[in-house]
Amino acid sequence: MARFKKSGGRSVPGINTGSMSDIIFMFLFFFMVITTIREVTLEVKVLAPQATEIQKLEKKSLVSFIYIGQPRKASLGTESRIQLNNQFASVADIQAFVAAERAARDESEKNFITTSLKVDQNTRMGIVTDVKQELRTAGAFKINYSTRKQAKKSND
Amino acid sequence: MADISFLLLTFFLLTSSIDTDQGITRKLPPPPDPKADPPEVKERNVLKVLVNKSDRLLVQGQPIDIRQLKERAKEFLTNPKDDPNLPEVEEVTINNLGTVRTTKGIISLKNDRGTSYDMYIQVQNELTAAINELRDELAQQRFGAKFSDLNSATQSEAIQKAVPIAISEAEPEDIGGKK
Repeated sequence: MARFKKSGGRSVPGINTGSMSDIIFMFLFFFMVITTIREVTLEVKVLAPQATEIQKLEKKSLVSFIYIGQPRKASLGTESRIQLNNQFASVADIQAFVAAERAARDESEKNFITTSLKVDQNTRMGIVTDVKQELRTAGAFKINYSTRKQAKKSND
Repeated sequence: MADISFLLLTFFLLTSSIDTDQGITRKLPPPPDPKADPPEVKERNVLKVLVNKSDRLLVQGQPIDIRQLKERAKEFLTNPKDDPNLPEVEEVTINNLGTVRTTKGIISLKNDRGTSYDMYIQVQNELTAAINELRDELAQQRFGAKFSDLNSATQSEAIQKAVPIAISEAEPEDIGGKK
């Protein structure tokens, strides 16, 4: 049976790495498309409440964010604070914030700005109501309560 | 080449967050006009939903559980048996939809300053669920598809007109004290 004798020095050929860059590029584009670059450093803790009736926000460029929650730094206490852009703000600053957000958009898009309220679930409604009243006076009527997705309850 | 793209890949992985922006969308009413009188609404057309500072619900004066809220809201908004205590229903002709029963009912939501945001969102969620289910039912009946699956804008607009988001938030009051 010498005809079928295995030759001793056979080795596994190395993996062809030529297409690796293509694969990595594909990954890269995938991540670039699905992610959003975080523009602000969060100074407050925000864990959004869960809800089932969720709508996705379209047109990321037309969304401005207001964060409300407890400060991350323990030295700042546990009172819920408002964060606009990169700093803490008070309720009185919201009108100026809305005006600045409007000024940053094109004329045609000004009426379509949605304000996304990213509020921690343990916040009390008092501060949220104050913010909403300010938004009403500032004329930013479209709002979105940011929530996490919850699986639909089956037993109701 | 692969090195460069690896570098870019790690850069994007580190700087980005998979942050899908989603939530419950609402439209705030314009600020009240101090001169104009508040519009008169009949007692039977209003479903009063109150949330107190310990996150308990009161609907039309009765304490109820959050799980019952959706059914209550749906019953209120449809008034299937023409109950005189539930809101008035009228037949309205809407373009592309024909005549539909629409209600004059408004859900009035009032919360305390001490209510937790989580509870507030749960209540909003249940009320939205009630409206969405009514919209789905109507869309299924007329167009044979769910409201979210309707592919023409005219159809969705017609449904939105037939079942509007009739949630009104009362002007805030401070009952439970600041917290």
